Amino acid sequence: MAKKLLMKGNEALAEAAIRAGVKGYFGYPITPQSELLEYMATNLEARGGVFVQAESEVAAINMVYGASGTGKRVMTSTSSPGYSLMQEGISYMACAELPCLLVNVVRGGPGLGTIQPSQGDYFQAVKGGGHGDYKLIVLAPNSVQEMANFTFLGFDLADKYRLPVLILADGALGQMMESVEFPEYNPEEHLVDHSAWATTGRVDGRPQNYITSLHLLSEKMEEINVHLQNKYKEIQKNETRCETINTNDADLLIVSFGLSARSSQKAMELSREEGMKVGLIRPITVFPFPSDIINELSKKAKGVLVVEMNAGQMVEDVRLSIKNDTPVAFYGRMGGMIPQPDDIVNELKKIKD
Amino acid sequence: MNEELIVAGFGGQGVLSMGMTLAYAGMVEDKQVAWIPSYGPEMRGGTANCTVIVSDTNVSSPIISSYDTAIVLNQPSLEKFEPKVKPGGILIYESNNILNPPKRTDIEVYSIPANVEADKIGNKKTMNMIILGAFLSKKPLVSKESIMEGLSKVLPERNHHLLPINEKALKHGMALIN
Repeated sequence: MAKKLLMKGNEALAEAAIRAGVKGYFGYPITPQSELLEYMATNLEARGGVFVQAESEVAAINMVYGASGTGKRVMTSTSSPGYSLMQEGISYMACAELPCLLVNVVRGGPGLGTIQPSQGDYFQAVKGGGHGDYKLIVLAPNSVQEMANFTFLGFDLADKYRLPVLILADGALGQMMESVEFPEYNPEEHLVDHSAWATTGRVDGRPQNYITSLHLLSEKMEEINVHLQNKYKEIQKNETRCETINTNDADLLIVSFGLSARSSQKAMELSREEGMKVGLIRPITVFPFPSDIINELSKKAKGVLVVEMNAGQMVEDVRLSIKNDTPVAFYGRMGGMIPQPDDIVNELKKIKD
Repeated sequence: MNEELIVAGFGGQGVLSMGMTLAYAGMVEDKQVAWIPSYGPEMRGGTANCTVIVSDTNVSSPIISSYDTAIVLNQPSLEKFEPKVKPGGILIYESNNILNPPKRTDIEVYSIPANVEADKIGNKKTMNMIILGAFLSKKPLVSKESIMEGLSKVLPERNHHLLPINEKALKHGMALIN
């Protein structure tokens, strides 16, 4: 049995990344994510990696691009305004099929906004974010333990599919401490052979490996787009993850991800004490989105309530998923405010009949 | 057992470390714990607070709006959190820092002159352990030994020579409420 530690989400994620064999971390400090960068600054070099505090988020993501080109495990982390700055580089990486781990510890926006937790970057995370037709795999943890677990998973998925994987957290998950146990994980057993594409120096007899996101011929660019779309379909087929709680007898469903799913789970417990049959669907991957299970479970529900810390973003994907007449309601708080369990129960009461 | 507690006061009073010590102690005893600090503008010179949840079962929502216990160490925190104590809950306040005492009658209220008591012990900075001791004598969520183990994790090693005086303060606090 692994040892239990009490850690902030930011620290647990950083520790997990080091244990997952990250060889390069490039970042720029921003609240509420800075402990992650600080942990890397303190620990990474002594444990076999390179740490660089870049001069900006734009520089950091381009360092990630370059370092990823060597086939090593690399990452960056930031919070909302910094993540916006990285979009160009992320789009380039998606096109060049470079694996990496990205972390966005979301704070309330728009603009510089607030440093309090939010889920306002959902659209940016799952719909692309930068320019062009691309997707990331987006993992949405809801505990400090998952901040650690999804880091291992994220690196594995990034290597497997050759794309950036994003951990979509929020300020509270980054800042709060919970107990965490690190699983046994030997990176050597997980590393993928990238020698077919990585730029690791001249090898006699091997064709030149060349990494670029520039393809001026439309025919070639379309071919690359088709390849990427096929990859995303493959990911949708294989990697959709979601947690369901109490959905067997439920006639009311909450759909909620990340931290707001914790409030929603409490609301589910409270409303069950009052005799309401409430179940919770928690997307763990928000891309690929668990559309099929949401559609399936909604068939026998009287109503679906989507709870988020934004003005209503994932609710659009829920509505696209449900191919029946079950009504979909939304409850959200914005700007760093967090939906409270009692308020969610009140929203459930509004839709229960 | 599921205790949802808020500790609030000025930055520098040991608010965050008191909560963290309690969370560590809960983990030592294999309970589910969560510690959520305020890290917003209030950190920059104003009030600081942290929520601590210690539970025998899973901590479903770590973000809560009402508390079983509030430990408040200054007037703004009292005004903010007195209304948020659940009926029948506990409010413990540091009496030297609070001029207008709490008014609610549906909760248990304890006034602890922890600053003065910390002076008696010989180290003003143990004020938070005195309050924590007082709280634990009302609600023995975790043992004194677990608190000391937790504190040894929270205090950097260079300050471990202060563990004995903190233990003294903890015991002193425990004897203040009966």
